[in-house]
Amino acid sequence: MMLDVREIHTYYGQSYILQGVSLTVGEGEVVTLLGRNGAGKTTTLRSVMGLTPARRGHVVLEGREITHRPTYAISRLGIAFVPSGRRIFSDLTVRQNLELAAHDGVAGEAVWTIERVHKVFPKLAELDSRRAGFLSGGEQQMLKLGRALVANPKLLLLDEPTEGLAPAVVGQLGEWLQLLKDEGMSMLLCEQNALFALRLASRGYILEKGRIQHEAPAAELRDSPEVRTYLGV
Amino acid sequence: MDLGNVAIQLLSGMTVAGYLFMVSAGMTLVFGAMRVINIAHGSFYMYAAFIVAAIVGKGTGASGMFWVALLVAPLIVAAMGTATEVTIMRRIYTKEHLTQLLATFALFYIFADVALQIWGGAFRSVQAAPVLTGQVNVLGRSFPKYNFFVMGVAVVVGVAMWLLLQRTKLGWRIRAAVEDPELLAATGTNVRLLFTTVFTIGALLAGVAGAVVAPLVSVAPGLDAGILVEAFIVAVIGGLGSIAGAAIGAIILGLFQAIGILWVPTWASAFTYIAMILVLAVRPWGLLGTPER
Repeated sequence: MMLDVREIHTYYGQSYILQGVSLTVGEGEVVTLLGRNGAGKTTTLRSVMGLTPARRGHVVLEGREITHRPTYAISRLGIAFVPSGRRIFSDLTVRQNLELAAHDGVAGEAVWTIERVHKVFPKLAELDSRRAGFLSGGEQQMLKLGRALVANPKLLLLDEPTEGLAPAVVGQLGEWLQLLKDEGMSMLLCEQNALFALRLASRGYILEKGRIQHEAPAAELRDSPEVRTYLGV
Repeated sequence: MDLGNVAIQLLSGMTVAGYLFMVSAGMTLVFGAMRVINIAHGSFYMYAAFIVAAIVGKGTGASGMFWVALLVAPLIVAAMGTATEVTIMRRIYTKEHLTQLLATFALFYIFADVALQIWGGAFRSVQAAPVLTGQVNVLGRSFPKYNFFVMGVAVVVGVAMWLLLQRTKLGWRIRAAVEDPELLAATGTNVRLLFTTVFTIGALLAGVAGAVVAPLVSVAPGLDAGILVEAFIVAVIGGLGSIAGAAIGAIILGLFQAIGILWVPTWASAFTYIAMILVLAVRPWGLLGTPER
C-alpha cells in the first residue's frame, strides 16, 4: 500500500472540515477524489502533506506513519504536492524553481533530473532563465508538474490540475499524467472535472461535507447516473 | 556655502547611509521572510558596538585588537540572534502583530537592561586601528579616513547580500519563503531551519554595522533605540522586505540629513521624518515594496 489514510479528522481553527476520511492509494495506482467545492478535497491533500495536520486519525505512507511529521520531511519521504492555481515561485527563474525542489528521492537515485524534465517539457528548457511569474497558465502548470517530478516522489498529490486551463492544455495535461501513470507513478488526484479524472483513475472516492460518501471503480463511477448529475459530468 | 563643505556633508550623509543600510537590510530581510518587525533589532547593533568597545578597551596599545573585535563582535551577536530565534521568535511568527510587537518590545528592554548590567551606563569611545585613523583632504577640507572604511564595508555587505540572494540556493530559498513559505516546505525545504538562518543573518548584519560604527559614536545605552527608529524609517521608505529598497532608503535618508545640516542645521533631524513623509505620501508601500499581499 502506497498511501493509507485512516479515519482522519482535520480542523481549520474551530471549523471541523474532515470528519473521518479514509482512503487508500495502491502502488502505481491512480485514485481520484471527487467532490464539490468545499467538500474537503484540498484539505485531505493538505492533511496528507502535513500542511494542515489531522487532529485525529492516521496517515501512513508505505507502512510508515507520517501524520505529524513536518511537511518538508514528508516531501523528502516521497510525496510531492502539486497545488492548485498559480503557486509557483514567481520571483525566481524557471530553473531556480526546479533546482529548489530537486532531490534524489528516497531510493537515492534520480530518475527525474532537470534534463529529463526538459525532454518531457521542452518548453521549460526554452524558458529556463525566465522569471516564473511571466509564464502563461499552461507553462506554469508544466513548471508545477516538473517541480514535483524532480523531487523524485513515489506519490503525487494533484489538487485541481485542470482548474483554469484552456481545453487544449487540459488535453495535454491528460497526456502527461497518462505518461506518468504508465511509468508506474502513484497519484491521488483531486478534481471537479470528473470526466477528466475518471479517464485517468482506476478508482474514485466521492467526498461530501468532509465525509467519504461513495467509493467505486472508475468505470462504475463514470456510468453511474447519480455521479453524472451530481458532478455535472 | 563652499563646495568643500557641501562635499564633506554629502560624504557624511553617505557614511550614515552605509551603516543604516546594513541595519535595515537585516530588519527588512527578517520581515520579508517571517513577516515580523523585530523591535529588538537595534539591540544587536548596540551589543556589537559594546563588544567592540570592551575588546578594544582591554587591549590598549595593541592595535590588532580592533580587527579582532571587528570580526568577533558580529559573530557573537549572530549567535545571540540564533538563540533568540530558537527560544522566542519562532513561537510568534504565526501570532498577531500586537503579540509580535509586545514580545520583541519586551526583548528590547531585556537586552537593554542586560547590557546596562554588563557594561554600565558610562560612555565609551573606541579607537580604530591606526591605518584607519587620520584625515583625508577633500576639496580643501579634511574628512576622517574612517568614514570611507564604513562606506566600503557597506558596499561589500551590499554586494555580498546581492550575491547571496541571486546566486545561491540559500538565497533562492529565502526569496521563495518571502513569497510562499508553505509551498517551500512542500517542496522539501526545512522552513523552520531556514527562518533560524535568516534571523541569524539579520542579527549578523546589525552586528557588522554596530561593530563598524563603534569608533564613530559614543558607545552607550540608547544606541539601540536610536538606530531602531532610523533603520525602521529606512526600511519603510525603501519598502519593507526589499534589500535594494533598504539601500536606496538609506541613501535618501543619509542625503536628506546632510542637506538638512547644510541648509537649516537646527532642524536637521526633522529632515529624517520629512523624507519619510514625502516618500510615503507618494508610495505608501515604499519605493521598492509591493502593496500588502
